[in-house]
Amino acid sequence: MGIIKSDKLTYEYIIRDEEGNVDSIKKAVDEVSINVESGQFIAILGHNGSGKSTFAKHINAILTPSEGTMWVDGKDSSDYDNTWDIRQTAGMVFQNPDNQIISPVVEEDIGFGPENLGVKTEEIWERVNNALESVKMTKYRSKSPNRLSGGQKQRVAIAGVLAMEPKCIVLDEPTAMLDPNGRKDVIKTITELNKSKNVTIILITHYMEEVVNADKIFVIDEGKVVMEGSPREIFSQVERLKELRLDVPQVTLLAHELKKAGLPVPLGILTKEELEDAICQLF
Amino acid sequence: MIRDITIGQYYQGDSILHKLDPRVKIIGTIIFFIDIFIINNICGYALMALFLAMEIKISKVPFSFIVKGLKSVIIIMLFALAFNLFLTQGTVVFSFGILKISKEGIRMAVQMLFRLIYLILGSSLMTLTTTPNDLTDGLERVMAPLKLLKVPVHEIAMMMAIALRFIPILIEETDKIMKAQLARGADFESGSIIKKAKAMVPVLVPLFISAFRRANDLAMAMEARCYRGGEGRSKMKPLKYKGFDFTAYFIAIIMLVIAIFSKRFNLPFENF
Repeated sequence: MGIIKSDKLTYEYIIRDEEGNVDSIKKAVDEVSINVESGQFIAILGHNGSGKSTFAKHINAILTPSEGTMWVDGKDSSDYDNTWDIRQTAGMVFQNPDNQIISPVVEEDIGFGPENLGVKTEEIWERVNNALESVKMTKYRSKSPNRLSGGQKQRVAIAGVLAMEPKCIVLDEPTAMLDPNGRKDVIKTITELNKSKNVTIILITHYMEEVVNADKIFVIDEGKVVMEGSPREIFSQVERLKELRLDVPQVTLLAHELKKAGLPVPLGILTKEELEDAICQLF
Repeated sequence: MIRDITIGQYYQGDSILHKLDPRVKIIGTIIFFIDIFIINNICGYALMALFLAMEIKISKVPFSFIVKGLKSVIIIMLFALAFNLFLTQGTVVFSFGILKISKEGIRMAVQMLFRLIYLILGSSLMTLTTTPNDLTDGLERVMAPLKLLKVPVHEIAMMMAIALRFIPILIEETDKIMKAQLARGADFESGSIIKKAKAMVPVLVPLFISAFRRANDLAMAMEARCYRGGEGRSKMKPLKYKGFDFTAYFIAIIMLVIAIFSKRFNLPFENF
């Protein structure tokens, strides 16, 4: 069993009308079964309202399944006694950087998690220093978060999770509110964490460019996993992705159009370099 | 207008006053408040003025900065002055129609004025030399005995810390909403006070909605980082007393003793 495993996980929202009667029941997550091995970089894709964020909240035990089971590091999230262990194992970074920073000073915010865990003072400082170093924010340690850019705030949020020494970090659309530079910084930071510290990353996003380096991609639509596989496998099915109202990386799209126009380019091209090579080989 | 209020603001510096433990500053300020309400003669007030002046000198906070705090409460001070002046019973000195000013009234009014000024100067000096974090940390520790009375001390301190973090964000948001409304023809400037107040309603409604949304997000983010109340939490920056903190306590106690004994040094002309 992997670090994160879900079995037929279902989550239902009850929609009520104005008098509070049950109007209908919507399955936000519908029988999702996935298995993530330790150290993997996983991406979950889906358009708005596909249920990907709802699924992500299950990994951190913020939500518990209506039906089915979620195991995080072998612990069942439905059991309340496991909640705090699970939250320590799987840290979570949210979309809005402003709404997840608690303290008015950067370093104190990073210390917030370890403080909650009851870690000793000297060790908190050590963890904070390491976390700041990992996200390259040591320079800004005594600044107010209000003075930082979006990308920097999001890196502080990642450091805040890192200081709890989790085995896995779930990032719920961490780049949705950032400018392109901030977006690049955040993705670079998490890729490095995955490589150097072997932290399992689960990245939820709808920016396709961010997931080309992932080990595995899950595509969720209307609460169901509709596609899964390596980035190459997923992005070779351009037509299918369009049906699911998802974009493909520009390069992949270009390669796809070239192929449609009759050029023998291989399927599932992910980077500019690959496309360059492929085109060069034609002549 | 919001920027004029110095109470609760921090003035960066590295004086001894800045370095004092926040608990000392909070308890010291409370003792100072007791002092100024015990004292009832000129001698005592002069002594307190001297003491305050010395503290301000040590703190290196510019005097003009501290006085700014007085400006924002000038109306309250005038009210207190008027009430004491006209409503205290006693030997009448002047009278205009129904308004009578008594000897005791003048005395009370002057005393109240001094007390209020000292109160505000003293508390601004404390907040100006203490970072908001130290202040909430200090308050949490000073109020700790109240836990026995089931007062949620940790929660109150946490709420204050979060409020301090979100004040600038919400001010920025108010600005954004106002600009958005201005762009669509809203008018916040002209008209009577009532009209201006009514114009604020369309600003406040979205502001409240967004504040609730932020609160919801923040609560989730805090839970995700294993926050479960004050129980079993450790401290990244625990408060520790240093040598000069005890000196400061000692000075505060001496001031209290002086305040109690100052009653005996009534100058003859004060008993007019």
